[in-house]
Amino acid sequence: MKPVLRLALLAAAALAAVVLAVRVGAVPLSTREVVDGVRGMGDPTTVAIVRELRLPRAILAALVGGSLAAGGAAFQALLRNPLAEPFILGVSGGAAVGAAMAIVLAGALATSGLVSASALVGAVAAIVFVMRVGTVVGRTLDTRVLLLAGVVAGAFFNACIMLVLTFARTESFRAAIFWMMGSFAGATWRSIGGLALAAVPALLILFALARPLNLLAIGEETAAYLGVRTERVKLLAYGTASLLTAASVAASGVIGFVGLVVPHVVRMLWGPDHRFLLPASVLLGATFVVLADALARTAAAPMELPIGVVTAFVGVPFFLWLLRRRGT
Amino acid sequence: MSGWRCTGLTYRYPESSRPAVRDLSIDIPAGATTAVLGPNGSGKSTLLRLLLGVIRPSAGTVDFQDRPLATWGREALAREVGVVPQGEEAVFPMSVRDLVAMGRYPHLGAWRREGEADHRAVEDAMDRCDVRDLAARAVPTLSGGERQRARLARALAQEAPTLALDEPTAALDVAHEMAIFELLRDLAHAGRTVLLVTHNLNLAARYADRLVLLDGGRLAAEGTPAQVLTRETVERVYGWPVEIVGHPGPGPDTGAPQVVPLAGDPSIRATRPGEQGHAA
Repeated sequence: MKPVLRLALLAAAALAAVVLAVRVGAVPLSTREVVDGVRGMGDPTTVAIVRELRLPRAILAALVGGSLAAGGAAFQALLRNPLAEPFILGVSGGAAVGAAMAIVLAGALATSGLVSASALVGAVAAIVFVMRVGTVVGRTLDTRVLLLAGVVAGAFFNACIMLVLTFARTESFRAAIFWMMGSFAGATWRSIGGLALAAVPALLILFALARPLNLLAIGEETAAYLGVRTERVKLLAYGTASLLTAASVAASGVIGFVGLVVPHVVRMLWGPDHRFLLPASVLLGATFVVLADALARTAAAPMELPIGVVTAFVGVPFFLWLLRRRGT
Repeated sequence: MSGWRCTGLTYRYPESSRPAVRDLSIDIPAGATTAVLGPNGSGKSTLLRLLLGVIRPSAGTVDFQDRPLATWGREALAREVGVVPQGEEAVFPMSVRDLVAMGRYPHLGAWRREGEADHRAVEDAMDRCDVRDLAARAVPTLSGGERQRARLARALAQEAPTLALDEPTAALDVAHEMAIFELLRDLAHAGRTVLLVTHNLNLAARYADRLVLLDGGRLAAEGTPAQVLTRETVERVYGWPVEIVGHPGPGPDTGAPQVVPLAGDPSIRATRPGEQGHAA
């Protein structure tokens, strides 16, 4: 099958997942009602459910899932490490510190916008810190140092979170924990717009880096010998993938395993060429997270499971299977 | 036009107190095969990396084709020099054809689509290196010799007039090693400039036009194999007793100097003809 056709099928799957996610919930809807709702026709309550609740939620889930999966693929190539994922360099830790501080310090005044903004500041601070540590002599970005710096920074941020939570009141504590588990419950067209503003250009930059990333995955020196300006590509890929991750985390909290697992699935099915891997990861990541969120909303209704629990319950067994497969 | 010309080339690794390469002034002519020799740690690979611009000299200059190396862009340089680096491992397994196709990057950049000329270059390179039958195989499933031939094919797919190889036959058996050296000779006869780093003194003596012998980062000797591979020079640089004999032939290498290491026992060394023996 031609790669373009495969991408078209994946796009169709993502679209089907969104339709399915909008259909399920406390008020089940037919596909007809969903389509009418999107067009603003029919029963006003249905229109409100579709347009204000379920559709923005599904679209935010798709955007976040796609962004995290592409970010994971980029980090795996950049760090030359199959276990890399978007949060490996401390972005999520920085964001969580920012969000927890906003929730605990502002208390009842902590609007979702304030928490998001604070998470974004934390994430960007983490990126800048890790990048500075990883940039050794001259201007070269040493990815091994970067990895160590990211892991150490992540441990430090965890300590910060625990410190902040120690002084939190019960309701702030709960709110902070729930934020860290990730959720699309707060999805609005505004938050979608904000994320899309960052994610669309970031994804386009990563797509443009696909061929250089193919070469970087073989080895930095080999890539240089084949004509890649490795320092420029590494900095651009790191900065872009990090900001993409930061924007996703700010929008919906920390949602694990998407960024790790989805690129591996795409690679196993269709090979490691980033020209296909990156767009396919976006589409498959979007599909996966939209379906996971639909499951999170409905599995224990009226209770809502944290989305991170669902992605991990699917992701962890898969990851263990992957590890065993690699071992044999 | 000259290949490489370096003057006063010195390089010190950041964490090291002793320069890996010091005050090297050498010419590597175009259109010839040059082999860089020397004991472990003598600076061979460092010299190669300096000539390829992936590390910047601490002092001195490198010119490539009469232009300072620093003024060459990576893509432009990759169109001129195909490189077979020492050991590399892709994080994610890819097929031999995909690996060889990466050699087209300097001609395509990030955007352009592969055309007919690119496919032909890839197929030709696989034919020359005898990896056509392996095209669909995943690189990690190949033997050491096959892997090395695949990498050489990638360098050939670059269609660059110059080839640089860092120990291309390390860990290969004699037949695979000979096959690679024979291929290099064919490429050199077809007009390519070949620069290789190797530990195999005898094959270097047979297949290279010029030898550059390094010792502790300095130039110990350079010239034709007969000029460089003398008993005095080899014993001084490697610190081991050797005898130099002529290649017995038949073939084009008849008479090329061949280094035969002797046993380490000094009493054996003392019994060599012309040696003033003082052993028992």
